[in-house]
Amino acid sequence: MKSVIVFTVVVLVLATGVWGRVPPGVNDTIGGPWPTGEEIMRRIDENLVVESAVSRATMIIHGRSGTRTITSKAWRKGRNNSLVEYLSPPREKGKKMLRLGDKIWNYVPEPNDRIITISGHLLRQAVMGSDLSYEDITENDRLVERYEAVVTGEEQYEGRPCWVIGMTATAKDVAYHSRRVWVDKERWLPLKEERFAKSGRLLKTTRITEAFQVEGRWYPKRMIFKDMLSRGNGTDYIIESIDFDVQILDHMLTKAALRR
Amino acid sequence: MLTIRLAFRNIMGAGLRTWLNIIVLALVLVMIIWVQGLIDGMREYMITAEINANLGGGQFWHRDYDPYDPLSYEESHAPPSPALQELITRGEATPILVAPAAIYPEGRMQSALLKGIDPTQEIISIPGRVLEAQDGDAIPALIGAQMAKQTKLGVGDYVTVRWRDANGTFDADDVRIVEIMHTPVPSIDVGQIWIPIERLRIMLQTPGEASLLLLRKGIPEIPEGGDAWVHRSLDYLLKDILEIIRFRLVTSRIIYGLLLFMGLLAIFDTQVLSVWRRRKEIGTLMALGMERDRVTGLFTFEGALHGILAVALGTVIGIPVLYYTFATGLPVPEMMSDFGVAIPQRLYPSYGIPLIVGTALVVLVSVTVVSFLPVSRITKLKPTDALRGGRS
Repeated sequence: MKSVIVFTVVVLVLATGVWGRVPPGVNDTIGGPWPTGEEIMRRIDENLVVESAVSRATMIIHGRSGTRTITSKAWRKGRNNSLVEYLSPPREKGKKMLRLGDKIWNYVPEPNDRIITISGHLLRQAVMGSDLSYEDITENDRLVERYEAVVTGEEQYEGRPCWVIGMTATAKDVAYHSRRVWVDKERWLPLKEERFAKSGRLLKTTRITEAFQVEGRWYPKRMIFKDMLSRGNGTDYIIESIDFDVQILDHMLTKAALRR
Repeated sequence: MLTIRLAFRNIMGAGLRTWLNIIVLALVLVMIIWVQGLIDGMREYMITAEINANLGGGQFWHRDYDPYDPLSYEESHAPPSPALQELITRGEATPILVAPAAIYPEGRMQSALLKGIDPTQEIISIPGRVLEAQDGDAIPALIGAQMAKQTKLGVGDYVTVRWRDANGTFDADDVRIVEIMHTPVPSIDVGQIWIPIERLRIMLQTPGEASLLLLRKGIPEIPEGGDAWVHRSLDYLLKDILEIIRFRLVTSRIIYGLLLFMGLLAIFDTQVLSVWRRRKEIGTLMALGMERDRVTGLFTFEGALHGILAVALGTVIGIPVLYYTFATGLPVPEMMSDFGVAIPQRLYPSYGIPLIVGTALVVLVSVTVVSFLPVSRITKLKPTDALRGGRS
């Protein structure tokens, strides 16, 4: 009887967390081993960071004055080189956006065939009135190189078991100082993310509401971006199709290619 | 003397035609002085307002700072050089720090410029003192009336501002509007939020840095800025305003030219008609022994007399009209405040002696020249032909 009581007390103590949270990097706790924050970020990177890809996407902007839908095709190569061509609506058709490193060029064919350079803080401005910045659309950075992460818990999110991690920037030039991410334990996708300013104010949320498996990796199918400082209703970003490791010739990602 | 008497009697004899010519010329003269006075008044106002509220007595810019290139703002800040720091310490210069930001009035994102200013500075007329010693944690902010109208913000309102620090990381906080300044100078108003410079330096993580320095008017010696700082004189800073004025001058001079042309056309027409209709008179005068040059002089003087009488009439009409607008000014439509330059609520013209005398001389000389052109044919007339009234 005494041993049963002792066993029960030990179980209750452990279950209520009296021993405290397991520090990051320590893998043993109740319910099985916890991965480290770095491992989780690495698994996310394996899914989301691509060497090269060609994709088609639809962006649905739920503004205060109505909803706009924009479709685009994107070629992405390496970390920060990409080209996006807008396909519809007619007003946006033919516009292109080229990112090479930390510079972006916007090509506007009508009415006067102009190329506009964007850099610095403008990279973080909203694209076409959406909740996505130019950087959100074109970034392809590895999280492990820019953040350190601490696993803060486990939660169910939209019916899926998730690790909750808190990320803090280690690189100086990151847009968001910290992030809290709900990472699908099986698919290693950031199902929900909160991005914070240095002051701790919540700036942006992203949610993956649908995912699909392509060539062995899980990838977001439908995401919702929301600028938390504005009163808009967010922007849906839907990836209609994507091909990974496609050969993209260097000349495609040049300023000269914008007018082709 | 005979010529003057004759000329006066002749043009008075022409009656209504003469008076119409004189009235048209007088109105042209008054109109030119009035419009030019308004342009001069506008120029003086724009320059004075810009210097007092925005430019100071010249500036030092960080070498990468370009007010017309928002892309330059993020990289263009540095600590002032020792010589410039010395100016700041002596109160002969004040630093301004500029940073791009986004604000969210009523949840709508808008681009804005955060400008840090020393609240105690007295070099420009921005009421920076209101930024001193504000209660609470919110960042005290000063905005212009146009910015307040555009963002629907009032005194005491809070608005969220998002910016990036020197490393490019987002940060956000609330600012509280502590004052709305009414300034005619849009370059310190539209799209701008003024906050204490020390606060902005902390927000951007740029301690002791500035994007530009404003100099006090009339400082005896401009020091070297060093590698990072470039001196911009008032001539350089006022270049755009002077260019706008110059463009207005060109267009207004075209209008003066057209007005004057119409007046001169009437004089020319009168002179041609006089020479044609008064051939027998010309012949008689020459037959009686008047030299050709004197006859030509008489007719030319008749024409020029129109100009002299127009100046006299213009003085009578102009003094009350010009004085009235000088004393009361002209109301400027509110829509003109969106033009991007300092526009007063009432525009007071500026009439200088050179403007009045110069315009009168231009009218007199051009009337004389135009009067001479048709009568120069008289020198080719033979008295007999002229007496007959036939062609020569």
